[in-house]
Amino acid sequence: MTSMTLGSGATAIDLKHVKVFYSDKLAVDDVSIPIYKNKITAFIGPSGCGKSTVLRAINRMNDLIPGARVEGEINYHGKNLYGKEVDPVEVRRRIGMVFQKPNPFPKSIYDNVAYGPRLLGVTDKRTLDEIVERSIKGSFLWDEVKGDLKKSGLALSGGQQQRLCIARTIAIEPDVILMDEPCSALDPIATQAIEELMKELVKSYTIVIVTHNMQQAQRVSDFTAFYSIRKAEETGGQERRWGVLGEFAPTEQLFSNPKSEETERYIRGEFG
Amino acid sequence: MATMSTARERVKDEAKFTAGLRNRHLRGQIWMRFFQAAILLGLLALITLMFNVVNRVYGLTAVRDAVPVSTFSDRPLEELNASELAGILVAQLPSGGRVLVRDSLIGQENYNNNREAPLSQLIQGVTLPDDVGALTLAQLQPENTQVIFENAFTPEDMRLTIITDIVGREVLESWTWSESLFNRAAIDEKVASTADWEGAQLEWRSWLNFSFLTSRMTTVASESGVRAALLGSLLTIFLTVVVAFPLGVGTAIYLQEYSTGDHWFERLIETNIRNLAGVPSIIYGLLGLAIFVRALEGITQGRTIISAALTMALLILPVIIINAQEALRAVPPSIREASFGLGATKWQTVFRSVLPAAMPGILTGTILGMSRAIGETAPLIVIGASTFIANDPTLASRFTVLPIQIYNWTKDPREGFSEIAAATIVLLLIVLLLFNATAIILRQRFRRSLSA
Amino acid sequence: MKRYALNLHPNTFVRYQNRNLFSLYQWSTLKCLLNIVCDNTGLTPIHIRGQKQDMATTIEVKRKNGAIEAALANDASGRPRIEKRGRPFDDFMRYLLLACGTISVLTTLGIVWVLGSEALAFFTSVNDQGNVFSTVLGNLGNFLTGTQWQPGAGLFGIWPLLEATLMTSFMAMLVAVPLGLGAAVYLSEYASQRTRSTLKPVLEVLAGIPTVVYGYFAITFMTPLLQGVFGRDTVQFYNTASAGLVMGIMILPTIASMSEDALTAVPRALREASYGLGATKFETISKVVIPAGLSGILAAAIVGISRAVGETMIVALAAGAGPRFSFPPDFFVAAETMTGHIARISGGDLSYGSIDYQSLFAIGLALFIFTLLLNMLSRYVTNRFREAYQ
Repeated sequence: MTSMTLGSGATAIDLKHVKVFYSDKLAVDDVSIPIYKNKITAFIGPSGCGKSTVLRAINRMNDLIPGARVEGEINYHGKNLYGKEVDPVEVRRRIGMVFQKPNPFPKSIYDNVAYGPRLLGVTDKRTLDEIVERSIKGSFLWDEVKGDLKKSGLALSGGQQQRLCIARTIAIEPDVILMDEPCSALDPIATQAIEELMKELVKSYTIVIVTHNMQQAQRVSDFTAFYSIRKAEETGGQERRWGVLGEFAPTEQLFSNPKSEETERYIRGEFG
Repeated sequence: MATMSTARERVKDEAKFTAGLRNRHLRGQIWMRFFQAAILLGLLALITLMFNVVNRVYGLTAVRDAVPVSTFSDRPLEELNASELAGILVAQLPSGGRVLVRDSLIGQENYNNNREAPLSQLIQGVTLPDDVGALTLAQLQPENTQVIFENAFTPEDMRLTIITDIVGREVLESWTWSESLFNRAAIDEKVASTADWEGAQLEWRSWLNFSFLTSRMTTVASESGVRAALLGSLLTIFLTVVVAFPLGVGTAIYLQEYSTGDHWFERLIETNIRNLAGVPSIIYGLLGLAIFVRALEGITQGRTIISAALTMALLILPVIIINAQEALRAVPPSIREASFGLGATKWQTVFRSVLPAAMPGILTGTILGMSRAIGETAPLIVIGASTFIANDPTLASRFTVLPIQIYNWTKDPREGFSEIAAATIVLLLIVLLLFNATAIILRQRFRRSLSA
Repeated sequence: MKRYALNLHPNTFVRYQNRNLFSLYQWSTLKCLLNIVCDNTGLTPIHIRGQKQDMATTIEVKRKNGAIEAALANDASGRPRIEKRGRPFDDFMRYLLLACGTISVLTTLGIVWVLGSEALAFFTSVNDQGNVFSTVLGNLGNFLTGTQWQPGAGLFGIWPLLEATLMTSFMAMLVAVPLGLGAAVYLSEYASQRTRSTLKPVLEVLAGIPTVVYGYFAITFMTPLLQGVFGRDTVQFYNTASAGLVMGIMILPTIASMSEDALTAVPRALREASYGLGATKFETISKVVIPAGLSGILAAAIVGISRAVGETMIVALAAGAGPRFSFPPDFFVAAETMTGHIARISGGDLSYGSIDYQSLFAIGLALFIFTLLLNMLSRYVTNRFREAYQ
């Protein structure tokens, strides 16, 4: 039954035996999961379990950290993202990212959203206007800012800033949107707005979300991957910690009928 | 709806994107090379600057003696004793050396007041035989000057005078180290064939040598030394620090430990220091000229090391204050709390706990200020540093310092002076290097003591 | 006495006659604190006992002048005394320190007074125009608009000097801004930690070289180089181009280091946002990092201009002597800047109170106001920048 549920739908990204190292220290060990097209996949787990690390590996954001290294394969349309001939810029243009803390550029709302399209060589004012309008509408922000697109992005409230960042991401029409705890800095009302937005976006995009909040994972996601921590004593009394994939299943199944005891204890809130 | 899809297509136009991306990467590559070139140019400038100086300190020099030593002495000057040297001066100088005695008296107050005074009063600190001491300058005969030379001048002084006044040594031309190495043939050719250069001798010469450090200034580049300027620099720096250190540290302590920043006067001090740090140094020179040299002439004796040091002290005060504040800020609050917790008063806490912990940082800042002061030239030109000082300076005498000598010698068009300017630069840079090495050691100590 | 200043345990006790008086809590300046304790209680430390590394340690103290009872004295009713008492020494020190701080304010007042009074004397005496008011106004007008500086003929127009100052500063900025910014970008964005830690000290060395050495460099290297490239007929021995170029090298480290600070202060999140949208490294730098750090870079450039305007030794050695106004500006002929003029005239024998003497202070005042405005502008720009990220 599990295999049937898992098998349904096309795969957007396929992670195979992914390991991430930070300056030769293992951070995440051997993660293999599929990311299904037009579905929301949630990554959950205790702090330090490597869920954000895996997420950042998917659009090669870890390249920016000196000493970070990824082993294994992340296949996207049959090509390994970590292959020699792959350009990380190409990857990030197709797999967009929304960050934990809203990080609008210190520019106007319009320039924030137009940033990506301009990089792609769109210079025509009318086309840009259209893209900006469509993207801001797409992130349900239009009614709040339509009169004042020249206002600085930093002048918006936290929730609005985060929706601006989402608008900025969908302006470049990515296939996949990665969200790294997008609601952790927001109040409940703003969180609800983002969650509704995600449900709308998933019709045209594939979404991966890292969340600390199990209710949120339950509310929005179709599939959930649970990560946990492994520890080992090293010589000299130092403790080594790294993350592993605990369980991957459709969300409903993972929360109602977890296979491993560790997952069950985590969803019951016994650690984390 | 149609336009919408066009916009969408524009963004999703894969072929165009791939083509564009190649250009974008190329542009990034080109700019990265530019950024790299910028820093390499900075590096290159530093290397060129250093090489340009060092290149002039060592090389071939063509020197000519108008009257070679061999014409009046069968032994080299270095082997002669004081009375033999004095004998040469008496025998070779016109009027038996009376002019030389007079020249050394010019500028002395005693001589200016009474030119008819007996020599024993004019030449101080030297015991002359009674019969010679009773003479006035006008009565001085060649047979008496021998005694005066022997007693009043050191052998080194007499040797220098023989070389400049009797031998008439002259630097005809000097070549850089690289020219001397790679262009030797042309140099030999020039020395041999130039008509006026008969008797010229070509020799390898290091312009920075021990006697350059220890001998006095003369009018001949090859014999001139930097002793007066070096002593002047050290004296000035010493006095500058003596004045600026307590004032600067005191201000920093007030601003960091006592000031709350609420009172307008405290804010004024703070803003004022930032502004003073940006005032051009030559303005401090004008201030020193009007206040220390002119208005306070009674205390400072005019254009003296005292005036120079007071001016420099004001100049480096902001540097010391800003760095000392930084060092005090870095002292962890726990140290203050521990001290207060033991019933210490504010001053006890500051003086016994905070200040010792911040001291290495404060000293580092002070050394930075000293580095600035030892290289400053403009304010000293304005307050009137002298160009030619033969005697060792005192606090209240006219003075010169290393950078002033660099300035004067660089401007001097005569052969050889550009080279001694270079030698002085190397000397100044070595002094700076010593300062900075001390600062680095202190900074490391500081870091260790705070982390312990 | 052996020192155990650093490693004493928190449970170190100060003991007096087998009674524990104090437990010392925190440890890095034990010795200083111990002195304070002893001062306040009238004790003298005898010796410090204990293992260097660990464990409770005891500091034995002995009585000094029998003062411990006095220090811990109770009042008449037997309660410990906690009322305020005068601390004249503390108050005295406080005012002494304040007096130190006042010196810096006096320095500024001194500068303003000296420059102002001598400049005023200059403006009231150059060319008499009847009454004092119109004389000052007329002379000030001539000073600010005149294109000839010929003290012999009574002409004191600042423009020849100002033009040379602007020319050398412009030349310097032409070198220092692009190279300084380029170096800053390389250091903050491209260089590895190791490269940065070797290159930054090199820039610091460049910044620490006395300016008179740069002057020597201009005369012995840059001028011959320019003459070699453009020909001796075009390039005079003394010229503003050589002085300006070398001044640019001198200012480069200042601009590089201030700009680098501005660039490193740009939050990481902004860079990640840009990369996440598919920007290349250079696009991230040019479209996000540099615009975000722009006010810091601007402040650096303004400080650079201010330093160029106030720089003396390079121009005194390499730019030439004798004020000269030319239009259009020619970078290859000799000209004298404001600072260069002050240095040359004051270096000669100058009689106090003469017009020449006073004119130097008028130039000095102009220079002071000019650089002060630039520095204030730079700080204003920097403060604006700080607010943007709060």
